[in-house]
Amino acid sequence: MNNAVDLSVISSKPDSAAFVDVCNLSFSYGDDLVLENVCLTVEGSGKIIGIFGPNGGGKTTFLKCLLGLLKPVSGSVRLFGLEPKNARKYVGYIPQVSKFDFDFPINVLQVVLMGRLSSTGLFKRYSKKDYEIAEDCLKKVGIWDLRDRQIGQLSGGQRQRAFIARALATKPKLLLMDEPNTGLDAFMQADLYKLLKELKKEMAIILVSHDMGAIFHHVDDLACLRRTIHFHDPKTLSRPDFLKEFGCSVDQAIISLTNHTEIQNSHVHAHSHSNAHVQSNSNAHVNFNSHSENSKNQNQECSCETICEEVCK
Amino acid sequence: MIAFFDFIESLQYGFMQNAVAATLLTCIACGIIGVFVVTKKIVSLTGGISHASFGGVGLSYFLGLDPLLGLLPFSILSAIVLGFVSKKTKVSEDTAIGILWSLGVAAGVIFIYLTPGYAPDLMTYLFGNILTVPSSDIYLMVAIDLIIIFVVLLLFKEFVALCFDEEYTEVSGLPSNALYIILLCLIALSVVAMIKVVGMILIIAMLTIPASISRKFTYDIRKMIVLSSIIGMILGFSGLALSYIFDMPSGAMIIICMGFVYLIISGLFSLKEKYLRKNPKKINKEPN
Repeated sequence: MNNAVDLSVISSKPDSAAFVDVCNLSFSYGDDLVLENVCLTVEGSGKIIGIFGPNGGGKTTFLKCLLGLLKPVSGSVRLFGLEPKNARKYVGYIPQVSKFDFDFPINVLQVVLMGRLSSTGLFKRYSKKDYEIAEDCLKKVGIWDLRDRQIGQLSGGQRQRAFIARALATKPKLLLMDEPNTGLDAFMQADLYKLLKELKKEMAIILVSHDMGAIFHHVDDLACLRRTIHFHDPKTLSRPDFLKEFGCSVDQAIISLTNHTEIQNSHVHAHSHSNAHVQSNSNAHVNFNSHSENSKNQNQECSCETICEEVCK
Repeated sequence: MIAFFDFIESLQYGFMQNAVAATLLTCIACGIIGVFVVTKKIVSLTGGISHASFGGVGLSYFLGLDPLLGLLPFSILSAIVLGFVSKKTKVSEDTAIGILWSLGVAAGVIFIYLTPGYAPDLMTYLFGNILTVPSSDIYLMVAIDLIIIFVVLLLFKEFVALCFDEEYTEVSGLPSNALYIILLCLIALSVVAMIKVVGMILIIAMLTIPASISRKFTYDIRKMIVLSSIIGMILGFSGLALSYIFDMPSGAMIIICMGFVYLIISGLFSLKEKYLRKNPKKINKEPN
């Protein structure tokens, strides 16, 4: 179980409550148990946590539980010590970009202003302050000059930024992002993660994706969600540790990727304040298939999607 | 030409003035509501509400009341039921629409069958007859317009958010289900306003066509609302004039007029696109 040193919280939040405290969360649609005893703790800002898993693994359900859109069958979800519904002011949500109707008659600025809905309240118009905040957020993500464009006229990467700006407009302490890589090419992804690395100084970021290869290089903590949750720390654990810890080759696949990224991440790692504490729950069972050392090398060569699927099988 | 002057002359009669007023007033309502219907993609749901409200018309005939008295609560009720069923139960919205749509019509047919005698202006509610609109209906239409304008002004940013991204509206802590049902109730009100003009069967066209035309000209939802109201009024008035000149049913003529213009404008826009594709240098910087 991955220990993660419990460092002092450097967050600016006066409240000492953990940003995210999910305890033994279970959820089912009818008879179908989608989430089982999922635990996740994020103590403070400064980390990007990647949750990946196959389609139908419960990622979206988990996000919806965090957002308070779904009520867990058992277990508890606390954000900043509050019920998710009451903590929405501190949470920025970036949905999957692909679900929108991009023909909708709305411009970028209006989209970003939606982020102020939670603070402005019913019946009132957006105030001058709301517009100022929206301007700040658009400048932060670098698309202020596109503010008057209709949302469908942006490129995939710019749209993504518009929705990040909308989430930032809520002034969040926690950023939840669903499938951040959808529709982005490698360059745009690199841009996106550069931005997220900047943002994580002020907030905790949780990414949810089925594409482990793509998020893997950029997250500080990694969890696999397939009904149960299972944690990995992509940086601090060495391969032997991993083997000892999990004793399965899927992690070798991850390690092989880790070693690959270690050099480029080492600088970041040296300075990163590890104050996100992830705990794996004892019920989490690892039912990965065993592979030989040889297959590791094969894994290294095969596509990241395959690895992702393998990990979760 | 003579027929046209006939039409101008006819405007001095009270029934014609009522008809013009009714057309313009309903076009304001559908201009505003139509934009939300089109952008939220709930056209078939609107059809469901308008058809379900036929049950109210039938009930009023059966009870010997003014059909509008039965229509108003029935359409509001069907809007609330549709909203509630699609949001709170596991029945898909599509299925709920299909059931309520025909259930309302069936109820209306049964009620009218049970009513002794012949229902003289039944056709009015099916296909509209603007020339029979009494002054009392005009007041009702003014009231409905005012309610719609007031609520939309009050909840404009919420409705836009709801239509663009319903999930985010809820995540923002707004009562998205309640907002949705309020929007459906406004649709129900506009149905009541429109039923005498074009009839319940043709209402969907009147809600969607002006909004779809205006969408081609602007990406600003505020401008779209104003534009679709104006387009609706112009086309509605033209349709009314044509129906008088050629002695055709008014509701159907208004819809034909709108549909025709929509086809022409769509055609022009796709021609323009083709032209720009062949001559890429001529693309100017303005959007679209």
